[in-house]
Order: sequence, then C-alpha cells, then structure tokens
Amino acid sequence: MASRVVTRMGDGSLVELMPAEIRAELEAGVEAAVTRFKVEPLAGDELDHLADIFTSPARFVSVAVGDEVVLSQDGTGQPQQGGSVQALYETEQLICQDTVELSNLDYSYPAVKTIAPYEQQTMKEAQERLTIPVHYGAQPDLGRYSRPDGPVGNWSELLPQMRIDEARAAQEEAVELAVADMVHVAEALWEAGADGIDFDTAGAAGDADLLAALRAVEHLRRRHPDMGIMVGMASEVVLGTHGRLEHGGVRLAGLKPEGQLRVVQAAGATIFGPAVTVNTGKTVAWNTARAITLCKPCMAAAEIPVHMNVGMGVGGVPMSAFAPVDAVSRVSRACVDVLRLDGL
Amino acid sequence: MSIAHTCAAGMGGLRAAGDLVARLQMAKGMRLAEAKQAVADALGVGVRDLSDNQAMHELRGERRLGRIYEAEVSYFRDPSPLEAKLNIEKLLGLELNGVRALRERLGG
Repeated sequence: MASRVVTRMGDGSLVELMPAEIRAELEAGVEAAVTRFKVEPLAGDELDHLADIFTSPARFVSVAVGDEVVLSQDGTGQPQQGGSVQALYETEQLICQDTVELSNLDYSYPAVKTIAPYEQQTMKEAQERLTIPVHYGAQPDLGRYSRPDGPVGNWSELLPQMRIDEARAAQEEAVELAVADMVHVAEALWEAGADGIDFDTAGAAGDADLLAALRAVEHLRRRHPDMGIMVGMASEVVLGTHGRLEHGGVRLAGLKPEGQLRVVQAAGATIFGPAVTVNTGKTVAWNTARAITLCKPCMAAAEIPVHMNVGMGVGGVPMSAFAPVDAVSRVSRACVDVLRLDGL
Repeated sequence: MSIAHTCAAGMGGLRAAGDLVARLQMAKGMRLAEAKQAVADALGVGVRDLSDNQAMHELRGERRLGRIYEAEVSYFRDPSPLEAKLNIEKLLGLELNGVRALRERLGG
C-alpha cells in the first residue's frame, strides 16, 4: 500500500501527500501553463519522470553522473563575513559554483553608476584572486528613474489616472537614461576585467524595462564583440506597462519565455535565463511542472545557452530565504532532466 | 540553496572543470554539449570526466589550470589565479578579459 510522501508547498512549508496526489499536482501544474499560456503540455514520459522525482522518499535527489550543467549565480559577492572579494573567493573554493558575480547590495545599474570606480577596483582585485569567471551584475531597475527617486514622470501614478500618453512618454524617457547608465557601468566593469556582464531581472518594471536591457545589450555587442552578456528575466510574462514598445519588430508586452529568448538572443546576449515565478499556495511539484512546461519551448528555439532561474521563488524553488534542500534538489534535477538545460 | 544546486546538478566549478565550460558558454554563446566537448577535447579526456573532481583535480594540477585548496594538502607550487588564467587562455584559445586588463596595465 502506498504511503504518504513528504513534499513542500511553494512557501517551503512541509506537507505530506499520497503519490497519486503528487501526480495530480504535476498534471495540474502542466495544465495551468497550457491553459493560461497556450504552450504544449509535457509528454507522458516526462510527467512519469517528474512523478518519480517528486514521489521519491529520498531527502536529496540529483541528476545522473555525467548530466551535470553549468551553474551561474547572481549575487555571490554579498558577504556573510568579510568583504566582497572574500565572498567571491569562498564561493569559488567552498561552494564550487562554475561562475561568480560581483554585485552591490543595491542591485541596480542606476544605483551603482555613482560608485562604478569602486566596483572597478573590487573587480580588479577579484580578477587577481579568483580563477573561475567573475561576472558583474545588476538590474535595469527602470522604476528608479521615475519620481520621486528619479527625474521622469511616475507611470505607476499616471496610469491609474488614465494619463496614458504621459505614462508612455515617461517610460520612453526612462529607457534612454537607463541604457546610458547600463552601458556606462558595463563598460567600466569590462575595462576592469569582468568576464561578463549580467542584466538580471530584466523586464521587472515591464516592457520598457526589457527594452532598455535589450538596447544596452545591442550597444555593448556592437562595441565589444567578445563581451560575454547574460540576460536573466524577471518573470514568465513581460508586463505591458507601456504596451506599444517593440524590439526588432517584436512587441515586447506579453512575451512568454520563448519570445523573451528570441529577442534576447537577437540582441546579442550569450546566455539567457528564463524566470517563472512561484505560487506559494501551490506545491513545489505543481510549480515545477508549470515552470518546466512554460520554459520547454525555449529549448528548441535556443541558439545560446539557457540557464533557468531557480533561485528563491522562481522555477519551482520555494519562496523562502532558506529553501529546504529536499525541494531545491528536486527542482534542480527535474529542470535539468526534462528540459536538458545548459545551466542553472 | 547554492550548495543544494551544486550537489544536485552542478559541474563542480574549480573542483572539476565547470569553470572552463562556463567560460565557453559566456564568451562564445556555446550550448552545453558543444562547450563540454570542446573542453574535453582540449584536455584530452572524456566528457564525463569534466565533472569528476577526482580526475580533474589531478589533471588541473598537471596542466597548471588552478584548483581548489585543501587545508590538509600544500600546493605551494601551484599557479596563482592569474598564472592559471594564462594557461586557461592557451587551453581554450580564448582571451580572458581579466588577463587582457592585466596586459593593458603592463603596457603590452
């Protein structure tokens, strides 16, 4: 007789379910993606494999030997103790990620523009101390350009007042400022020796936010043909806070992971990171199945590596600062096994 | 969370050869299979060996590509990170940006 299996909710809390209930959660997660986003469902054998992973009583699961993927990670330069370079070194030596990323606690290109020379100094020291690739990363953070923090109109205030044209104009103005700042910081860190630049959480403020990142990537690619550029997304769908913005003839509002990949790859990035946000009221099995179904169309369309975002609250990993290893390892294995990802 | 991902699915970074594969992905936009094969060919090993920290620790030492330090073993003859990166450049046929910046500072 089947017994209950320990699994997790999207907030990390423990729950016990029967294997058949976990299978139902997986099927419901796939169905949620198919219904809402009009993507193809997972194949039967893929669902069977996910069921094997999520009904396993093991505390920890992993991919098969030889199936390992590259792990890039944002925010590795934030120290628990000591300074940023020490944190990067410890990540290289102890955690053994494949890349690390120098970043500021205020993970925002407009914020770090004013301290770029100090970030350059830290990057130079990191390059002398570490052997593995050291990237630099931050967010486009378009909202920072709106009043009262920035100089342009606040579209979040203008839109509810139905001042649509003013809201759109404010976002277009912010895009120009953001592109200039991102290019400035990226070139400064490249000059200091960064092995690559990460535009993380692109699209967090909507289609204008993504457009700014894409234009910065295009600009950098033209000027620096050898620059490694990673673009990680904010969520599974690009919000149309402007609604009419296009890149290369493609409307950005409403883009799903496959469409996001296509514009990022066309802009000249070398790694793409899709992100699917977690529903904390659903199980990890439901969230992972939904995330995998949404990201699967990326894999056939990708000409560049795809590193799926599987940090806190994305990709199926619980929305918890201390995500349980039983849940994280299942998400890790499930995404790699089913999607045949290039990295996480 | 990082440790869980590393143990569940990671190539092992400097413990194995994940950093070398990552360099080809980021710099060249190579998909995983292509990047793994290129590194394996350059090292003269099989693709599966790239994640085998036992095999790669020895090989990285022989090829002077840098490796993790273990408190119980002294590797004082191992290369410094910048020396290791010069060797990685030759291995992968890739100019590493950190080394390029150093060359600029040296004036050549």
